[in-house]
Amino acid sequence: MVKKLLSQVKQYKTASLMTPVFMVLEVLMETLIPYLMASMIDKGIENGDLPYIFKIGGMMLVLAAIGLWAGIMGGKYGAKASTGFGKNLREAMYRNIQTFSFSNIDKFSTAGLVTRLTTDVTNIQNAYQMILRMCVRAPISLICAMGMAFFINARVASIYLVAVVLLAGCMALIMRFTMKYFTQVFEKYDELNASVQENVTAQRVVKAFVREDYEIDKFHKASGNIYKMFVKAEGIMAFVAPLMQFTVYSCILLISWVGAKMIVGSELTTGELTSLLSYCMNILMNLMMLSIVFVMITMSFASGRRICEVLDEEPGLKNPEEPLTEVKDGSIRFENVTFRYNVNSESPVLDHINLDIKAGETIGILGGTGSSKTSLVNLISRLYDVSEGAVYVGGVDVRKYDMETLRNEVSVVLQKNVLFSGTILENLRWGDENATEEDCKRVCRLACADEFIEQMPQKYNTYIEQGGSNVSGGQKQRLCIARALLKKPKILILDDSTSAVDTATDAKIRQAFATEIPGTTKLIIAQRISSIQDADRIIVLDSGRVDAVGTHEELLAGNMIYREVYEAQTGGSGDFDENGSAASDGRNGAKGGEA
Amino acid sequence: MAQERVAKVPSGGPGRRMAMGAGGPKIENPGKVFARIMGYVMKNYAVQYGIVLACIVGSVLANVQGTMFLKTLIDDYIKPMLTQSVPDFTPLLQAMGHVAGFYLIGILCSFTQMRIMVYVTQGTMKNLRDDLFAHMSKLPIKYFDTHTHGDIMSVYTNDVDTLRQMISQSIPQMFNSVITVVSVLVSMLMLNVPLTILTLIMVAVMLFVTKNVVGKSGKYFKVQQEALGKINGFIEERMEGQKVVKVFCHEEKSIEEFCKLNEALFDSSYNANKFANLMGPINAQIGNLSYVIVACAGSVLAVNGFGGFTLGGLVSFLTFNKSFNMPINQVSQQLNSIVMALAGGKRVFDLLDEEVEADQGYVMLVNAKRENGKLVESKERTGLWAWKHKHQADGSIDYVELKGDVVFDGVDFGYTDEKMVLHDIKMYANAGQKIAFVGSTGAGKTTITNLINRFYDIQDGKIRYDGINVNKIKKADLRRSLGMVLQDTHLFTATVRENIRFGKLDATDEEIVAAAKLANADGFIRQLPQGYDTVLTGDGANLSQGQRQLLAIARAAVADPPVLILDEATSSIDTRTEKIVQDGMDKLMKGRTTFVIAHRLSTVQNSDCIMVLEQGRIIERGTHEELLAEKGRYYQLYTGNAIAEG
Repeated sequence: MVKKLLSQVKQYKTASLMTPVFMVLEVLMETLIPYLMASMIDKGIENGDLPYIFKIGGMMLVLAAIGLWAGIMGGKYGAKASTGFGKNLREAMYRNIQTFSFSNIDKFSTAGLVTRLTTDVTNIQNAYQMILRMCVRAPISLICAMGMAFFINARVASIYLVAVVLLAGCMALIMRFTMKYFTQVFEKYDELNASVQENVTAQRVVKAFVREDYEIDKFHKASGNIYKMFVKAEGIMAFVAPLMQFTVYSCILLISWVGAKMIVGSELTTGELTSLLSYCMNILMNLMMLSIVFVMITMSFASGRRICEVLDEEPGLKNPEEPLTEVKDGSIRFENVTFRYNVNSESPVLDHINLDIKAGETIGILGGTGSSKTSLVNLISRLYDVSEGAVYVGGVDVRKYDMETLRNEVSVVLQKNVLFSGTILENLRWGDENATEEDCKRVCRLACADEFIEQMPQKYNTYIEQGGSNVSGGQKQRLCIARALLKKPKILILDDSTSAVDTATDAKIRQAFATEIPGTTKLIIAQRISSIQDADRIIVLDSGRVDAVGTHEELLAGNMIYREVYEAQTGGSGDFDENGSAASDGRNGAKGGEA
Repeated sequence: MAQERVAKVPSGGPGRRMAMGAGGPKIENPGKVFARIMGYVMKNYAVQYGIVLACIVGSVLANVQGTMFLKTLIDDYIKPMLTQSVPDFTPLLQAMGHVAGFYLIGILCSFTQMRIMVYVTQGTMKNLRDDLFAHMSKLPIKYFDTHTHGDIMSVYTNDVDTLRQMISQSIPQMFNSVITVVSVLVSMLMLNVPLTILTLIMVAVMLFVTKNVVGKSGKYFKVQQEALGKINGFIEERMEGQKVVKVFCHEEKSIEEFCKLNEALFDSSYNANKFANLMGPINAQIGNLSYVIVACAGSVLAVNGFGGFTLGGLVSFLTFNKSFNMPINQVSQQLNSIVMALAGGKRVFDLLDEEVEADQGYVMLVNAKRENGKLVESKERTGLWAWKHKHQADGSIDYVELKGDVVFDGVDFGYTDEKMVLHDIKMYANAGQKIAFVGSTGAGKTTITNLINRFYDIQDGKIRYDGINVNKIKKADLRRSLGMVLQDTHLFTATVRENIRFGKLDATDEEIVAAAKLANADGFIRQLPQGYDTVLTGDGANLSQGQRQLLAIARAAVADPPVLILDEATSSIDTRTEKIVQDGMDKLMKGRTTFVIAHRLSTVQNSDCIMVLEQGRIIERGTHEELLAEKGRYYQLYTGNAIAEG
């Protein structure tokens, strides 16, 4: 995992290498200063040698200046390396996500991907900076201080060695215990927040069922649990500071005692004793620093793992070796197609489907919830690959096409569709980057979107807010259809794309399709019989199987499911869908979607 | 209607978030907020917090004692021994024993402090979260309309976390630093006044430089936050629409746009971090500079024996000099995080100060039975319900049978007083009748149903329930008598069984299955991996929209209420499933007053009365046949001849 992440450092390698170099330099300066201090006291002050004192003082200032320079450079490179690393990680993830197939996308939740691209990257970036700066600084500083201590007096310095080893051992033990608790408690904590979020969103349900107290009880229990776990974990952490103090104090006392004896025995000078004592603090502070860094790194491991999951994800679909870049016509053929979302699941989503659709035909698809209508059409533009059998477009297996070519020729208006923040024109041009404004207006007319666009103050330059929140559901659907039409596809698939459009407009759109783009094969999934009854043929799906294929009249006469649905919708156009009635708003000159 | 949009809050554990930006936000009256936060802590942990502060004083003093010892070590013990022919170590040993005692106290103090602090912090956090949640649950729906979910969530995560940092770290450390600064300052003054002044001058220089650097980096941090906001928005939108990106082969373009934002973020965060990183080395080296200057000046003093200043004194002073700079730095850092915590604290208290849903109702819903033709209260569940109406005037008690009669009389309503959404609504529903609302988005269909259960209070007019003004009915009882299936189905992270049981907490497993069967949900539930014990996560993300609605219907069915409110409940179920659901719904609706916001013809057709709403007014009313004969708006809708919307 670490290797995978580090491969994203790329152009910031120099900065990543320079940071520790400067850190080392800074640390060296910091270690030398107390040493000079000692000789200042011994040789300068003892002998009353003022020139010597100033000489050493001057040297110390030079060292301090070098230390400052090194520190600033180190900080600068550190910032560059870590933020650059973060940038590269984000980009690498984003690039990989773009190669994801639908099944890859299904695997990760949207929220999960967002967190990975934002919070997780920030965590790793911070940890990286920490490693470059502190992880180098602390051990080097430790070793330097230790070295200096040994240089001054090996016997006294060995006290440090023992102390450091003992302390490190204890710390490791504490860490091992607490890490386990902390991982658990953070998980629970995330769960708690998730349940708050759930309650915020479902506030109406809670109130409608008068379940406030029930939810409060539930929450109290959960927060009580978390309290207990936190107390346990942090209770152990509470040993760290006293332990540190204990070690520092013991060292001071021991060194004072041993030092005093040695000074008396003329083995040590008072200046050296002072230096030794100041190294004592230095060594132990660094040890403390290391333990903090260690905790931070461990915590960022989870983030690292999550990022790697995205980076490691292999796109489920790949372009063939020699892809075809032309689709002959809009004919579609399903040959014994069986499809499962998950290789291991027993019952297939689509079961031995055989269909033959001619170019230019209009096909209606009807079926109950979970009858796999969407799955069926998603195979045509190869958003998923079949498990068995084959899907042919223009007489060629879809797996032989270049995916971009295929998807440009097979235009799908998804059931769960989105517009992006940007003007209407910008949104439309997703279908064709080079489309002129005239082209855009033409497709909007086809999709019956021109009327409401023209009524907007800024017309085609109206800005669509994030998630298309400033247009109504029906308007959104029509814009999505227009966007798909701009591709000038050979096959057009509408996956329940006019559900929020009133019946009259729905009919107008279909009429426009029939007259304006007769050569395009049209597949229409709908819940309303009226949306499909004038199709050339209608496919009735029932739990992954084709129940019947035929015209409206044929099915009405011979298919039970179809007849049932038809009877349920008697009148054929009686639909009180909210946007159906929003129609009247237009007549009154009010704007539809403004709720 | 307010938009319901759920902002995604990437949640992380406490302490995992880096506090960004310097020169925190401005808040009014920080003293008051601070006092309130401390008051909140003290409410439950006054004694403990007192002990903690006392322990801090103890451990700081012990530390100072140790440093003082170094002065005496050289001057009073080692120096005299050098002149003795046979060095006497006993005084040194005694002194060390003395100091060891102090050290021991220091260690004990800091251990006590740490341990107690854990309870204080986590306990306060728990109380705070509990209070927040309990309070939030009692807030009126209006609050949720006017605050984004992201903002509310951020109180629980970010704001509570900043408070945690303040209580557990900032304040003790600040206290520690101040005590250290004071005691070190006193010790330095005792050793040598001129050198102390010199040290203070250097501290001033350090603070000045720090302030400038912080200001610079703060500016960049602000830019960074903006860049971060932009890229996060972009990421959210594009991840949401990733499938659309795929369908339109828009990957390359998307990467291009992303890289632009990413580069901008890199620029600003590089600069911000660069300046933030300067702080450490600059302070350290100014510290060293101070050390050198004091050392030189002190040496001059000591060599000349000025004012009886000794070598040992200089050594001690230098140690103080070093330990003086650190706490001063800490104070300035802690101040920054306290300011941030105060801003967080303010938001926390803002939520806690929000007024809870007022409820002056006193009419209660009770089980009832008939005795001698008269209605009396009953302890057991009888299936017969009554409103217990205690008249305020004379204290007499009336029992009114719960039938489900609802009358609107000249009701005006607006979410704000300035803009009315409903005008002069008059309608009545007799017990057991089915009333359908049709009309365009924003016509006020949902709003009307939200008034029956008093999610909102009306501005003018009266709503009567079985002849009682709904204002007089206890909200909880009122809502208990109404079953709701809302427009947005919300499910909870729990098993399917528990989700259905939400409608009636003491429902038996049999009742749950019966309700599921009624709602036609039993079939698909049994096909789930663990059947009724399948755990639903993320608002039932693993279910289809139709299945989620079936569960919502089952949830309402198990509650078995006399009045039902169905808000477009069947809109996402395909026609065929809907028909089956409809049968179940019909069974459920039998004998109950039902208000339904209708989408489908089949729903409206068999309603007793249809209300056609437009811009907050009822413009047509009647049965299906009557309205068709009227050839008005309803007729247009029905025949699909409505003119295309604009």
